[in-house]
Amino acid sequence: MDTADSRQMEHSRTAAFLGVIEASLSDLVLAADIHNGEIVLRAELAKVADILLALRDTQTLECRQLTDITAVDWPERPARFDLVWQLLSVRYNQRVRLIAEVEEGEIVPSSVPVFASANWAEREVWDMFGIFFSGHPDLRRLLTDYGFEGHPLRKDFPLTGHVEVRYDDTQRRVVYQPVQLVQEYRDFDFLSPWEGMLGDGISGEAAEPVDEAGSKEGGSANG
Amino acid sequence: MGMRQTGNDAALNAAPIPPGSDQDMILRAVSDEITNRGFVIASADKLFNWARTGSLWPMTFGLACCAVEMIHSAASRYDMDRYGMLFRPSPRQSDVMIVAGTLTNKMAPALRRVYDQMPEPRWVLSMGSCANGGGYYHYSYAVVRGCDRIVPVDVYVPGCPPTAEALIYGLLQLQKKIRRTATIQR
Repeated sequence: MDTADSRQMEHSRTAAFLGVIEASLSDLVLAADIHNGEIVLRAELAKVADILLALRDTQTLECRQLTDITAVDWPERPARFDLVWQLLSVRYNQRVRLIAEVEEGEIVPSSVPVFASANWAEREVWDMFGIFFSGHPDLRRLLTDYGFEGHPLRKDFPLTGHVEVRYDDTQRRVVYQPVQLVQEYRDFDFLSPWEGMLGDGISGEAAEPVDEAGSKEGGSANG
Repeated sequence: MGMRQTGNDAALNAAPIPPGSDQDMILRAVSDEITNRGFVIASADKLFNWARTGSLWPMTFGLACCAVEMIHSAASRYDMDRYGMLFRPSPRQSDVMIVAGTLTNKMAPALRRVYDQMPEPRWVLSMGSCANGGGYYHYSYAVVRGCDRIVPVDVYVPGCPPTAEALIYGLLQLQKKIRRTATIQR
């Protein structure tokens, strides 16, 4: 079969699926579109539980599988986070993405009662973004260290974190201490045709004006 | 003195001396030495080091992709068994720990505990950029910047990941290091 043909068929199937969603969920969702051939629904947070239930149980949709829950941090927005649910309908071979805006500190009702797979996904979102889910059976951190502070995927989280570990010979155990970087951050100028790092003395002349401005600023700040 | 030298050489040479006048001479020299002084000096540390280098049992500590190369080095093509190196799943039975991969903050106490459980004498081989100094994840909030912050390291093998040959070379370097060590010191 011709690839362009099959792509068009695929697209029309997705469009038809979106039509079914719109017909059955029009009073729940704010917007329903196709972006890059993927169905994206936007909704208010309060309606999310109803929408997930409807997507799962409507016989013409049957999005029985929750693939993932994740979030996006937009620090400049009043509602800081986009919370994203990814669903899959095995029956109709379609995927649906549901997005709801969440403010910082807002409590999100857990979707574990609807999808069991939401358990670890919500733990990960709590760990990485600090979005709290109410009614979750066991909302602990999933990935980061025990006693970890902060939520790493927030845009204001420092890359190196706050603490680092070291074995202490006198205490005879692994201790935590504030981060002390022995090696400085490296700054790459990807627009430069010379490709190298700034201020390493190897980069060509083209990179030098930028380099000088940087070192001047650093000097005045130190002085 | 010359006699004692002969005895040492005989002990170190792998080939046994056949019965005859040579063997009789060595045996007579040794028994003379015992009757004269009451003791014989031999290089016990050489014997110990031979035994140690010939049976380095690494602790399996694969943390990331380096572990795959570590597995290659143990598999039939490179075959670490040739050097008497057998991977052990228990720290109590092993004397080398190959730290193969990214050591995270969360894993660090576990790594140290496993190291503490290994019996002396013990050695650590740090394999790959991540274990050597954090590597690709040097600036990460979750990664230890070098496993030498947690355990004392004897040999560093560079690479990302190092090839199986590089790891074997590192292990041979470790053997060399062990051969240099006087037994009493460790």
